[in-house]
Amino acid sequence: MKLPDIGSLLLGLIPFIAICFTVPLWDRIYPTVFGLPFNFFWLIAWLVLTPFCMWGAYRLEVRTDSENHGGGD
Amino acid sequence: MRPSAIALSITSFIVLLGSLAGFLARFRRKMDLEQWTVAGRGFGTMLVWLLMAGEIYTTFTFLGASGWAYSRGAPVLYILGYQPLMYVVGFFILPLVWEAGQKCKLQTQADFFQARYQSTYLSALVALVGVISMLPYVQLQLTGLGIIVEIASYGGIHRTPAMIIAFTIVAAFVFVSGVRGVAWASVMKDFLLLFAALFIGIAIPYHYFGGIGPMFAAVAHAKPQHLVMPGSTKNLGHSWYITSVLMTSVGFFMWPQNFAASFTARSGKILRRNTVFMSLYSITMPLMMLVGLTALMVLPNLSNGDLSLLTIVRQTFPAWFLGIIGGAGALTAMIPAAIQLLTAATLFAKNLYRPVIAPGANDEQVARLAKAMVLVLTLGALYLAIQTSVSLVSLLLLGYAGVAQLFPGVVLGLFSRRVTTPGVFAGLGVGISIAALLTLTGRDPWRGLNAGFIALCFNFVITAVVSLITPTEANGLEKIGSVASSAV
Repeated sequence: MKLPDIGSLLLGLIPFIAICFTVPLWDRIYPTVFGLPFNFFWLIAWLVLTPFCMWGAYRLEVRTDSENHGGGD
Repeated sequence: MRPSAIALSITSFIVLLGSLAGFLARFRRKMDLEQWTVAGRGFGTMLVWLLMAGEIYTTFTFLGASGWAYSRGAPVLYILGYQPLMYVVGFFILPLVWEAGQKCKLQTQADFFQARYQSTYLSALVALVGVISMLPYVQLQLTGLGIIVEIASYGGIHRTPAMIIAFTIVAAFVFVSGVRGVAWASVMKDFLLLFAALFIGIAIPYHYFGGIGPMFAAVAHAKPQHLVMPGSTKNLGHSWYITSVLMTSVGFFMWPQNFAASFTARSGKILRRNTVFMSLYSITMPLMMLVGLTALMVLPNLSNGDLSLLTIVRQTFPAWFLGIIGGAGALTAMIPAAIQLLTAATLFAKNLYRPVIAPGANDEQVARLAKAMVLVLTLGALYLAIQTSVSLVSLLLLGYAGVAQLFPGVVLGLFSRRVTTPGVFAGLGVGISIAALLTLTGRDPWRGLNAGFIALCFNFVITAVVSLITPTEANGLEKIGSVASSAV
């Protein structure tokens, strides 16, 4: 069993914190951003930001794999 | 021509085109069980994307999200919460699931449990949980189709005959085309859904309020409590949000059809790359919610929130446009339903019927039984859809509470050597019992917490404790980690 890289796990934790556990902090109407209530804006922003985190995690996993297996991809 | 005739004929035309795409895709391919269920494991990035998207963007996206925005308000945001997070979970588990599939020639989710825990009864129980949890999901698609035909016919065709007609088409579609046909039909569905979502999500608030900002301002002025949790409900607050998001984001890839979709990929790397970007596709979701909120201001007295999107489209646009939206909606119900039925039928025949009831059956007989099961399950879901009326989102949450209970067995099976068959058996049994007890007695949410989540916590604890007090077992997937990394 190959456990995921600790760095990529931490990157995966970021969206969980931002989207899930911190809900009392951002579940509000004001300030509105681009006309959207703040909670709508926040979650829409994270639809776009999550891929950035996971792209970082992807690069890390690819690098760990090639280190362990002599560049086999 | 009457408006209902225009709308209905355009809707039927789109449904026909979508079905044709499915039928053509299987042309000149021999359909054995391997082709029918996992399409020979040859799908690249695009087809995997489309197949997974085909299962994600269902009539739930279309009518359910707008429906809850209309009737519940801010709690609908849980959908925007779990969609990106389920891909984060997928990122970590799917490549390993794919590898197990490749090494052990797995076709279904229950096959995975069989390979990992080497217990036929555990795998049969997993199949049973999958099939039963899928019924409300198929029911959701049926109910959605019924709503579409009812509104597109301007009330001329009642929901029951509409559902019967639509699902005859779906059953025929699954029967003939298998998973490859479904993936190709998804192409058309996704284009239509994107177009429809972008257009109506922007045009409808613009038409009534002059823009999205002014629309929100109007809602914030008239019903400010609707826009923050718990919205227009009493018990869907922050603790409900957190527990529901957690439960659904780990549950998503536990749906047997989503789990098995990873077997169609050509490599684990393709899967992982897809999970990185797929949350971008969820951008259609908030647009549906905007439509629901606009409808709340413009048509405040609808009997059922799930009707809000189509009713406001009908009120705003000419009949031909309602026909296009209806057609897009119908495909988003039919195609996911087809995938769900295909998966449930295969699970039943392969992992429940053959090993437990008729051990002597050969592959061909199993394939035939799977096809017969498509009809049986369709009828079951049709019966439920006609008999009960629950909101689309509630149906989905009910199914999720069931499938999420498979998560401990999968994730511990992948990452832990110590987890044992009795552990998973006990955890799953307890989890399912608690989930069933709470949801069927109307206690979801219970004390502000999602019922499926409560069940999942018990499930994890029991799985861990029982695993620790039972002797370590051989791990059927032991080899996977070492060889695998080259493919991931």
